[in-house]
Amino acid sequence: MPDATGLELLAKDLGGAALETVYFREQATILIDPAEIRPVLRALRDRGFSFLASVHGVDHYPEEPRLGVVYELLDMRRVDRVAVKLRVGIDAPEVDSVTAEWPTANHQEREIYDMFGVVFRDHPDLRRILMPEDYEGHPQRRDFPVGGEPVIFTRDERKWLEARE
Amino acid sequence: MSSTEGPPLSAYRRREQSITLSPLEDHPDGAHADVTEELLTLNFGPHHPATHGVLRLLVTLQGEVVRDIKPIIGYVHTGIEKTAEDKAYWKVIPVVERMDYLSYYFNAMAYCGAVERLMEVEVPKRGQYLRVIHLELNRIASHLIWLGTSALDLGAVSIFLYCLRERELILDLFEMSSGARMHTRYFQVGGVIEDIPPGFPAKVREFLKIMPKRADEYGAILNSNEILLQRLRGTCPLDSETLLGLGVSGPLLRAAGNPWDLRKADPYSSYDDFDFKIPVGTVGDNYDRFAVRLAEIYESVKIIGQALDGLPEGPHITEDRKVALPPRHELATSMEALIHHFKLVTEGFRVPPGEVYNPIESPRGELGCYVRSDGSSKPARVHMRDPSFVNLQALAHMARGSYIADMVATVAMLDPILGGIDR
Amino acid sequence: MEVKRERLPGLPGAVDPSKLRVQNLNAHQLLRGNELQGANQPAHLEGEELERYVQERVLTTTLDSAVAWARSNSFFPLAFGLACCAMEQFHTAGPRMDIARFGFEAFRASPRQADLIILAGRVSIKMAPIIRRLYDQMLEPKWAISMGACCSSMGVFNNYALVPADKFMPIDVHVPGCPPRPEALMHGVLKLRKLVQDDADAGLRERYGALGTEEAP
Repeated sequence: MPDATGLELLAKDLGGAALETVYFREQATILIDPAEIRPVLRALRDRGFSFLASVHGVDHYPEEPRLGVVYELLDMRRVDRVAVKLRVGIDAPEVDSVTAEWPTANHQEREIYDMFGVVFRDHPDLRRILMPEDYEGHPQRRDFPVGGEPVIFTRDERKWLEARE
Repeated sequence: MSSTEGPPLSAYRRREQSITLSPLEDHPDGAHADVTEELLTLNFGPHHPATHGVLRLLVTLQGEVVRDIKPIIGYVHTGIEKTAEDKAYWKVIPVVERMDYLSYYFNAMAYCGAVERLMEVEVPKRGQYLRVIHLELNRIASHLIWLGTSALDLGAVSIFLYCLRERELILDLFEMSSGARMHTRYFQVGGVIEDIPPGFPAKVREFLKIMPKRADEYGAILNSNEILLQRLRGTCPLDSETLLGLGVSGPLLRAAGNPWDLRKADPYSSYDDFDFKIPVGTVGDNYDRFAVRLAEIYESVKIIGQALDGLPEGPHITEDRKVALPPRHELATSMEALIHHFKLVTEGFRVPPGEVYNPIESPRGELGCYVRSDGSSKPARVHMRDPSFVNLQALAHMARGSYIADMVATVAMLDPILGGIDR
Repeated sequence: MEVKRERLPGLPGAVDPSKLRVQNLNAHQLLRGNELQGANQPAHLEGEELERYVQERVLTTTLDSAVAWARSNSFFPLAFGLACCAMEQFHTAGPRMDIARFGFEAFRASPRQADLIILAGRVSIKMAPIIRRLYDQMLEPKWAISMGACCSSMGVFNNYALVPADKFMPIDVHVPGCPPRPEALMHGVLKLRKLVQDDADAGLRERYGALGTEEAP
């Protein structure tokens, strides 16, 4: 992990894209503007962070903007990690997909779409990956109930539909 | 196989030998130009004896040659991460353990490591060494099942029973230290839940004496099996650049020649006290993946031996009573211990707000745990970065242009664990 | 050409043929005490004695029991493992807790050839229709064991993604545990065996509408 001063220098090099830096428990996080994700990752790749270890989503309910996407980068030569974070609101959860330059993000962005509803622009195949394709709702949002919805089986379907009307 | 000598090859054989992506209109026999060739999409699984778990593959075939693979997953999705948000930190450990169900100690280690980092809790040396012993035993157990099921897929059925025989010994050791064979809840935040019983080191040493010999046996059986060698050598290689782009880590990356191992690069839990090597392959084909994992068993045996020799005295879990349960005999005498016990069991400890990502080296690659806490006693987000989930994306790149049988061997060598993939 | 036959004198182990039991297995002689043969014949038996004599020597049963006995001792389990319980299922088939000694070693890959489905692991929403389809593809008679807590109830995970197996298919035996030890699974399988031997039809099929289920053409 770059230390606190290294992190500040890194953030300065990223220019206006970096909104905030957090150095917590010896781990570095840079909060960036969601529109700048591709240039930021490119810039970090030039600095040696060439391995995208993980792309995962977070729901910051009830703080706005709610949905966050965290990109964990690893520099294998210097054994350094840095996390890049961006936050989008729940009304317009769109982020550029980085799959073209970082092929590892393919399935991981699909999972974030499935679980949180973040739409990745220009993703080659944005479909649900873990839930059935016709599932409604994004399960890992904080306001989605843990028990989900009742599962309707074929023999109950008519009764359930009638009960709904 | 040189095609310049010998009898002239038929058109079929010529096509077979050059598995390049030729356009379908380019039919070598002009006389049969009216025959149309189609790409066949075949559905493998989710119930299939050769996919490891409920993995569904949509395989696009041209004859017997694989042109494209689309994995479809989610058939054992359990909502572990969502369930974990609903439970106290302590109760998340059994839930998270069931994710990658062959390397349960690793799941618990990643999560406990993340929470320990958040809370700045120091794990005592004895706890760290005990963790290392159990982690490496679990690594051997995981590789044994991998070996057994892969050999089963490739046709060597008896290896499966031999590997299960060894695994029974390991599970006996787990039962001795924690009481359960699988999903033991042995790792807790701050250390391990209980110290090892008195006969444990002796039994482990007995096992360590047997294991290298048995691994030699497996190597001897499999390495002299002509069919296995033909199926594994030279099939589905992938270079380390593409693998890094795909985010692959672990034995797959090491088979391609890149010696990246988090135990050496970024040691956690006293791994830097031990002397062990990292097996690395050269070509990156299926045989290298197989050989790397087999060699890792020997290295794990070495690590366990060193950990047992150097096992320090001391507490097995942190002494901070706000995090770890006090020992039961204290409950009878100390009021504070009683109150701590009560608070820990009913509500659980509170974790200061923040986020951490804790990566460790699991038998399949980099297993990371991201924990975000909002200051209460339940985590706000637990995400496990599972290695198999990311490694699966490499399957399409590896198996493109090879035969179905090679694809089956590649899936076996990829070592996917669907519990981790689907979480 | 002349063929000479000679009785070989005094072969080791030679027995006087009249002493061999085989001679006595002529049913006629067994039951009626034929005076044509010499000694070693039971006297003419009647009634009670005849009953007892027959019971000691002849195995009688109804066709149902015989068939149930045969079925119960040769389940063909479907090789179907979903999650962690599958690992313990492997161990049940492994060398220590050997399921083959009871006759259940032939794990079939195809549901058409299997008659026992051991649901080992958690059943998610996406997988449930597929399992039901597999169960329908199995031919009668078929049984189902739900192994582990996750498919019997929802187990450790009480959330949106799982379905307990009882909701969509009839289960004959539930084996609790997380994961159940191989001994526990063995106990469950043997309980099923006993169930099949005593009373093969527990009326579960009607409840689930699963009588004679087959793929629709």
